[in-house]
Amino acid sequence: MAGPAPLLSVRDLGVTFATPRGPVRAVDSLSFDVPHGRTLGIVGESGSGKSVTSLAVMGLHTGAEVTGSVALDGRELVGLPDRELNRLRGRRMAMIFQDPLSSLHPYYTVGEQIAEHHRVHFGTRRAVARARAVEALAEVGIPEPGRRAGEYPHQFSGGMRQRVMIAMALVCEPDLLIADEPTTALDVTVQAQILDLLARLQQERRLSVVMITHDLGVVARVAHEVLVMYGGRAAEQAPVEALFASPAHPYTRGLLDSLPRLDDPDDVPLRAIPGSPPSLLDPAPGCAFAPRCARAAAGTEEERARCATERPALGGAGGPEAAGGGGVPGAPGVSGAPGVLGGHTAACHFAAFPAVAAHEGTTAP
Amino acid sequence: MTTTTLPDPEPAAPLLRVRDLAMTFPGRRRSAPVRAVDGVGFDLAAGETLGLVGESGCGKSTTGRMIVRLLEPTAGSVEYDGRPIAHLSQRALKPLRREIQMVFQDPHSSLNPRQTVARIIADPLLVQGSSAAEARKRAVELMELVGLIPEHADRRPHEFSGGQAQRIGIARALATGPRLVVADEPVSALDVSVQAQIVNLMERLQAELGLAYLFIAHDLSVVKRVCDRVAVMYLGRIVEIGAKDRVYGTPAHPYTRALLSAVPLPDPAAERARERITLLGDPPSPAAPPPGCTFHPRCPKAQAVCRAEAPVLRPLAAGEPREVACHFPEQD
Repeated sequence: MAGPAPLLSVRDLGVTFATPRGPVRAVDSLSFDVPHGRTLGIVGESGSGKSVTSLAVMGLHTGAEVTGSVALDGRELVGLPDRELNRLRGRRMAMIFQDPLSSLHPYYTVGEQIAEHHRVHFGTRRAVARARAVEALAEVGIPEPGRRAGEYPHQFSGGMRQRVMIAMALVCEPDLLIADEPTTALDVTVQAQILDLLARLQQERRLSVVMITHDLGVVARVAHEVLVMYGGRAAEQAPVEALFASPAHPYTRGLLDSLPRLDDPDDVPLRAIPGSPPSLLDPAPGCAFAPRCARAAAGTEEERARCATERPALGGAGGPEAAGGGGVPGAPGVSGAPGVLGGHTAACHFAAFPAVAAHEGTTAP
Repeated sequence: MTTTTLPDPEPAAPLLRVRDLAMTFPGRRRSAPVRAVDGVGFDLAAGETLGLVGESGCGKSTTGRMIVRLLEPTAGSVEYDGRPIAHLSQRALKPLRREIQMVFQDPHSSLNPRQTVARIIADPLLVQGSSAAEARKRAVELMELVGLIPEHADRRPHEFSGGQAQRIGIARALATGPRLVVADEPVSALDVSVQAQIVNLMERLQAELGLAYLFIAHDLSVVKRVCDRVAVMYLGRIVEIGAKDRVYGTPAHPYTRALLSAVPLPDPAAERARERITLLGDPPSPAAPPPGCTFHPRCPKAQAVCRAEAPVLRPLAAGEPREVACHFPEQD
């Protein structure tokens, strides 16, 4: 039962930066889909490539080599001239960032900034655009939107500024919203408000959301599907329940085990992952996680050698060829490409998938 | 049980005793002065960990800085081991600096980039009058203690990852053999996979060296892991303080309840099943605190008395060491 085509479809994405110390492959062989009205959570630590991925989708990399395919509603974006990209950016896909203050212009009122956005894309007259801006501010829950539209960014609190950013992102009614750590700079009570707001807007507008975060709690709360990145590549992809209930990649498992949790009953020592995230300057030939991996360390000499020298492909419960929809009966088979939403895949030679039967219930759409 | 406001559970004096501590920063130009900390009091026993939690601007870091005397309080008292230290001169403080040390949030910006690791760790010893050779020997021992490779003693901070740099910061704090360490967000700048290493290290060092920690953090999950007792701050004041299990298990202040319910759990099923209290609005500015209970504009339980009268911190029940500043605390 192949559903409708996904809104965003990324295939074999690669992003390489030229640096004085040699090329850095910040993102490598990344594929994922985001269907209409769904949220994909991209989780990773610093240097995992999650933000580079989001900028590549928006076509915002200058001076980086982007390879592979990014298709929005079937239209290829990689290689598209800037003029055409500009028509899509802000209109069909929009982005919000961690620090709203540095994304807003300090000299213009927030109303002017939101209205400008509308005028550029729709050619509306000033008065109409301004009215749309006030409506947008009201929609994101800013009290007295008419008055607040005439104020400057510094007059807003951190949470209110992020609401302004969301209003600006959504004023042209895009189909895709990319949110890059949108609540990381906010206090936890304000974070809860912003996540509630995004959930409401998504429901009302059937918005597709890519939520980039390092916080597994945020992912558990908002995402339908999760992509875990490590060292610029996909480590694991799964529906959110499956990922948290039965993480197949030792990195995902390690992250979940090392996390102090509010609902832990007792205080056993945390099972820390040794070492630090890898440098991308000089990547190891094998699995990027191997030097820190508990599974590799516990393996036979032969297994350890394999982890150190052979880069694992993203594979499903039945091996690489069963990736995506094919490996898991009952999952929405989107296509045969690896790492497609719907299945549970991991890039590990010794991925610990649960039995298929147990898996089935959690992946039903 | 006697009904004193401040119970004295142990006959011995606590290692640290803080009373009515306040810090008012003068306002810039014509703006009002900011009462960053407004009457904070708590005890910390030797070998114990007290967590100080709250959102940005609640005064938790300012409180920590007054205790290590990076700031001089505008009012109130700090007693360390029975000695008042709140207003000591820098000269009189010097011997105490051996005993009270601090670990900072951003390991890289708190380490001198031009010095070697051995020199950074030895610095407090040199200040306290150790010979260069003695200080270096001790620095290398400390590197081993915190899980760094002693052969790296002559490297500089930029050669270390964030987690390793925080180990250097911890080694430096331990150089003089302190009994009290104030740790201000020691893991929040680190990658998730590295945070647990530093938390485990701090716990091991506490067990080995008998350290007392004042652990300042906004991450309630981390605080729950490392602390014996917790103090929750809101707008310069402690609104709830008590044993960790009690505060997390049955939070009595509506703010503590909301704070705990706002933390997303890394478990989709638990997230969906949860009942969440979403607070309205933002934390108010400490330059213009609301009258009465400062939490009342955001409080789901606020009544007329809350707008008029500031609640004092008092025991939740007779004989309970937990204290709450609320007119209508939640009873279990």
